[in-house]
Amino acid sequence: MRSISAKQLQLSLKKNKLKFSVTVTLKKDVLDPQGKVVQNTLQNLGMDNLTSIRQGKYFEIELNDSDQNKAEKKVNDMCKKLLANLIIEDYKVTKI
Amino acid sequence: MNSSVIVFPGSNCDRDIAVALEKMQFKNKMIWHKETKLPKSDLIVIPGGFSYGDYLRSGAIAGKSLIINEVIKAANEGCLVLGICNGFQILTETGLLKGALLRNKNLKFINKDINIKVINNDTKFSNKYKKNQILKINIAHNEGNYFTNPDHLKELNNENLIAFKYCNKNGDINKDSNPNGSLENIAGIFNSKKNILGMMPHPERMVDNLISNTDGVNLFSSLLN
Repeated sequence: MRSISAKQLQLSLKKNKLKFSVTVTLKKDVLDPQGKVVQNTLQNLGMDNLTSIRQGKYFEIELNDSDQNKAEKKVNDMCKKLLANLIIEDYKVTKI
Repeated sequence: MNSSVIVFPGSNCDRDIAVALEKMQFKNKMIWHKETKLPKSDLIVIPGGFSYGDYLRSGAIAGKSLIINEVIKAANEGCLVLGICNGFQILTETGLLKGALLRNKNLKFINKDINIKVINNDTKFSNKYKKNQILKINIAHNEGNYFTNPDHLKELNNENLIAFKYCNKNGDINKDSNPNGSLENIAGIFNSKKNILGMMPHPERMVDNLISNTDGVNLFSSLLN
């Protein structure tokens, strides 16, 4: 077996790994009472220019895939199937 | 009548509903969520509780469990399905019922006896009640704020798919008698075929005068009718 250095191994592992972030937030017309309470509290702390806060969820997702388009499709699929409830939530996928 | 109660890790009203069903002479079986086959059932109940600790969203993980495929299959074949509290949340997550249950408007977990009004008494679940009958019933939830899109809300009203609405003891349906911020005070809905009922209040807690009242009994006797 051909031996490879630790650095090469690290590089090759990295090559096959893609990382995405997903943020899930409530849709605009859905009331977000938690965001509202956070907003009110920050305003009480003197943050005068604050006009809106919407609270959401954040996921970091790693995939063993080298094809970014394919991987991104998979992440979108994950969002639709489980991570977000499209009746009340929107999601955004970002490559990181 | 044969019934099956689906049990998830975190279900905590499963035994209450089993007691209520057996009291009403149902032949009941408890079905663990990892099962892949359902026994022949006339009624499937998804009980209340905190399936999977409410991780991600209430009912989201349970809504993708193994047994749910069988529940969906049976429901589509016309089997009666009742989802109570977390069970209602799970049914919306599976898509068997439309809409979603959001966090209570006041951000508080609400556990108290409230009043609901029977809106549609012409179904398999509610035929023993009178139309507009006012029931005293317990609610215990953090996410009971029913939400749906305007088209579906119209459908709910036009097709008479609203089962119960929150009201006060005089039967007034208004903002003050809405405990959790639900659209139009909705406490329970049917699917379009009316073989699936999802409701936030707990009828299984209202089947014995010793511990509460018997306002929930007629839901079960309706099913037997």
